[in-house]
Amino acid sequence: MGDNLISVNNVSVNFDYQENFISKKQKIHAVNNINIKIKKGSFFGLVGESGSGKTTLGRAILGANKISSGNVIFHDDERDYDLTNMNKQDLKEYRKKAQLIFQDPYAALSPRMTVRDIIAEPLEVMKITNSRQETDERVRDIAAKCRLNIEHLRRFPHAFSGGQRQRISIARALVSNPKFIVADESVAALDVSIQADILNLLKHLQSELNLTYLFISHDLSVVAHVCDVVAVMYLGHIVEMGPSRELFKNPKHSYTKALLSSIPSIDPEKRSEAIELKGEIPSALNPPPGCVFRTRCPNPGIDCKGGEITMGLTEVEPGHWVDQCCVL
Amino acid sequence: MSHLLEVKNLDVKFDTDEGRITAVENISLSVDQGEVLGIVGESGSGKSVTAKSIMKLNPGNTSYNEDAEIILDNENVLQFTSKQDLKKIRGGKVSMIFQEPMASFAPAIKIGAQMVEQLLIHKNINKDEAKSISINMLKRVGIADAEKRFNQYAFELSGGMRQRAMIAMALSTMPKLLLADEPTTALDVTIQAQVINLIKDIIKEYQMGVIFITHDLGVIAQVADHVAVMYLGSVVEKGPVNEILKNPKHPYTKGLLQALPDINNLDAPLSPIPGNIPSPLDRPTGCVFRTRCPHHNPEGKDGKIEMKLIEVEPGHWVDQCGIQCGQNG
Ligand SMILES: Nc1ncnc2c1ncn2[C@@H]1O[C@H](COP(=O)(O)OP(=O)(O)OP(=O)(O)O)[C@@H](O)[C@H]1O
Ligand SMILES: Nc1ncnc2c1ncn2[C@@H]1O[C@H](COP(=O)(O)OP(=O)(O)OP(=O)(O)O)[C@@H](O)[C@H]1O
Ligand code: SF4
Ligand code: SF4
Ligand SMILES: [Mg+2]
Ligand SMILES: [Mg+2]
Repeated sequence: MGDNLISVNNVSVNFDYQENFISKKQKIHAVNNINIKIKKGSFFGLVGESGSGKTTLGRAILGANKISSGNVIFHDDERDYDLTNMNKQDLKEYRKKAQLIFQDPYAALSPRMTVRDIIAEPLEVMKITNSRQETDERVRDIAAKCRLNIEHLRRFPHAFSGGQRQRISIARALVSNPKFIVADESVAALDVSIQADILNLLKHLQSELNLTYLFISHDLSVVAHVCDVVAVMYLGHIVEMGPSRELFKNPKHSYTKALLSSIPSIDPEKRSEAIELKGEIPSALNPPPGCVFRTRCPNPGIDCKGGEITMGLTEVEPGHWVDQCCVL
Repeated sequence: MSHLLEVKNLDVKFDTDEGRITAVENISLSVDQGEVLGIVGESGSGKSVTAKSIMKLNPGNTSYNEDAEIILDNENVLQFTSKQDLKKIRGGKVSMIFQEPMASFAPAIKIGAQMVEQLLIHKNINKDEAKSISINMLKRVGIADAEKRFNQYAFELSGGMRQRAMIAMALSTMPKLLLADEPTTALDVTIQAQVINLIKDIIKEYQMGVIFITHDLGVIAQVADHVAVMYLGSVVEKGPVNEILKNPKHPYTKGLLQALPDINNLDAPLSPIPGNIPSPLDRPTGCVFRTRCPHHNPEGKDGKIEMKLIEVEPGHWVDQCGIQCGQNG
C-alpha cells in the first residue's frame, strides 16, 4: 500500500498467567491496541519502559508471537501478507523477508555450532543457496561486512565476547537478504566505537539493500541519531509517536519527558538531574484505568487522577501523536 | 589500610584449537570498601574475563600466570581449590551480575526458587526468611507484582525484568564485593537511574566494593569513583572518574569519547575509531593500540616500547607509550 511496508492495526497481545493449578487464570496485557505504520526504507525506533511490550510487539510483527486481536499487514511489492491469516507457504516466504536480531545474543546462538554454521543456517534452512561454495561465499561476505575475521568463523560462540556475539547475530539476520529487520537492542552490548560502527553499517546496508528497520533500543541518543520516526511505549501502550527530531526537541508526554531527562550525563559533576519517577510501577496483569502512567506521573492533571479519560493517540503537530489523556 | 580487592599482574590465557589466546595481560587493579571501580573498553578487551577470574569462573582451558595474585580480604583467590573456599567467592563474599541474564537463570526453575536456594546456601536462614528477603529485593529493584514474578520462569520476563531479577539475586546475599557486568544495559533510562541509585544506596549501607563493567560512559560518569580503560587485554589508562572523562590522555580513551553519540548534536556523524581490532591470537607487540592509533610514531609502531603505566597526575595512570607517542604525534 503506497509507501508503507508494514501496517499494524489495533494489535493486542496477551499472555496467560496462573499462579498455581487451582488459582484463576489471569491475563498479562503485554501489548494493547497498537496502531503503527512503518514506511518503506525507514528506520522506525521503538523506545520505552522495560517490560512495556517492545519485544512482544516486534515478535508479533514477525509472526513469532500470536496476536490476540487486530492484524498486521506486510505490504510486499507484489502482494500483501496478512500475518493473522497465513498458510504454511506464506509463512515460509515471509520468514525470508523479515528477520530478527535478538536482544540476548548469548541465548540466541547455539553453543554447539560453529560461527560459520550459525550464520549459514538461515541460508540452508530456507534453501536460498544452491551449493556449499555459494553458502560459504555469502557467509564470508556478510561476516566481513559485520567485521568478523575469517578465522572467527571456525570457532564456537562461547569463545566470543558479548559484543562479538552480537555481530554474529547481526550477520545471521542479514545473510538471507531480508527486506525488514527487527533489531532488538542490537547495539546495547557493544562498546561505543563498535556501536557507532555497527550503526553506520546498518545505515549503509539500509540504502544498499533497501532495508526497513524496526529498531528497539533503550539508548535514546542512538535512537535520536539513526531513527526517522520514534514511538514511545509504556505498559503496553504507545504514549507518543512522531518524527524523531520533533519528538526529542518537543516532547509532549510526561513519560517521554521523564525519559529524556534520565539520559545519564557524561559529566561526573552532573549527577542525578533526572526527573525521578516515584510511585508504584503498575503491573501488566492489572493496568490502571485511564492513563497507564498515572501512578508515577510527576505532574498529573486533575482529570488524569480520576482515570476517566481513555487512552488513545491524538495528532498535535503533523505526524506527532500524543496520548489524548496527556494533551487535554 | 589494605584494599578489599587487589589484582596484581594478572594474565589470562585460553588454549584453543588455533593456539593460545591472550585475553588479559598484566592487569593490576584495586577496589576499596564502598568504592565503585568502573571498567570500560572495546568489546572483547577482557572485561568479563577479568571479572570472572575473581570468582575463578573461567572455563577449563584457562591458564593464569604463576606470579599473578588476586587478593580478596587478604587471601589469594587464585590459590583456592577446595569447595569450601570456592563457595566463599561464588555467592559468599563475591556475587556477580552476569552480562547474559538468560545464562544465570536455569530455564526450568522458577526465578524465586533460584533466589531462595542461593540464599540458603550462603546464609544461615530458613526458607521463609529467604523468600521474604528475595521478594523484598525484587521490589527494591522496581519489579511490580514481585510476589507473582517470584513464581515465573526467566523466559516469561522481559529482558529488563530478567536483568533486574538478577541484580536482586546478586544483592540479596549482601556480598563484600559485587561484580556487575553490564548490569543496566537492558534497562530503560528511568529504571536504570533507579537501579543505579539502589546500588549506590546499598554500597553505602553495606560498604560493598563494586566493579562496574559498562560501555556506557554516561553510566560510568554517574556511578564510578575510579575508571580503568581496557583495550585488547590491557589496561591502557586508569584514574579518578573526573580525570579520565575530562582529561583523557590515551588515544584510545579519546577515541571512545569521540564515538559517543551526542543527543544535542544530531547532525554530527557517528565516528567510530578507524580500523579493526586485531585478533587476540596476534596481539601487537609493544603498544596494543598502535595498529589503530592516529598518533603512532615509528617507535610505538615498531613495538619497541613495552607497555607500562606511569602516573601523569595524582592517581591518573596512562600507558607510557601513549604519552610518548601522543606528544610526538
Ligand atoms: N512468553 C511469555 N509468557 C508470559 N509473559 C510474557 C512472555 N513474554 C513476555 N511476557 C510479558 O509481556 C510483557 C512485555 O514484555 P516484553 O518482553 O515485550 O517487554 P520489552 O518492552 O521488550 O521489555 P525490555 O525492554 O525489558 O526487553 C512483560 O510483562 C512480560 O513479562
Ligand atoms: N572460553 C574462552 N575460550 C577462548 N577465548 C575466550 C574465551 N572466553 C573469552 N575469550 C576471548 O577472550 C577475549 C576477552 O573476552 P571478554 O568476554 O572478557 O570481553 P569483554 O571485554 O567482556 O567484551 P564485551 O564488551 O563484548 O562483553 C575475547 O577475545 C574472547 O574471544
Ligand atoms: S495523562 Fe495525566 S497522568 Fe497521564 S502522563 Fe499525562 S499528565 Fe501524567
Ligand atoms: S603508543 Fe603510540 S601507537 Fe600506541 S597509543 Fe600511544 S600514541 Fe598510539
Ligand atoms: Mg525486550
Ligand atoms: Mg563482556
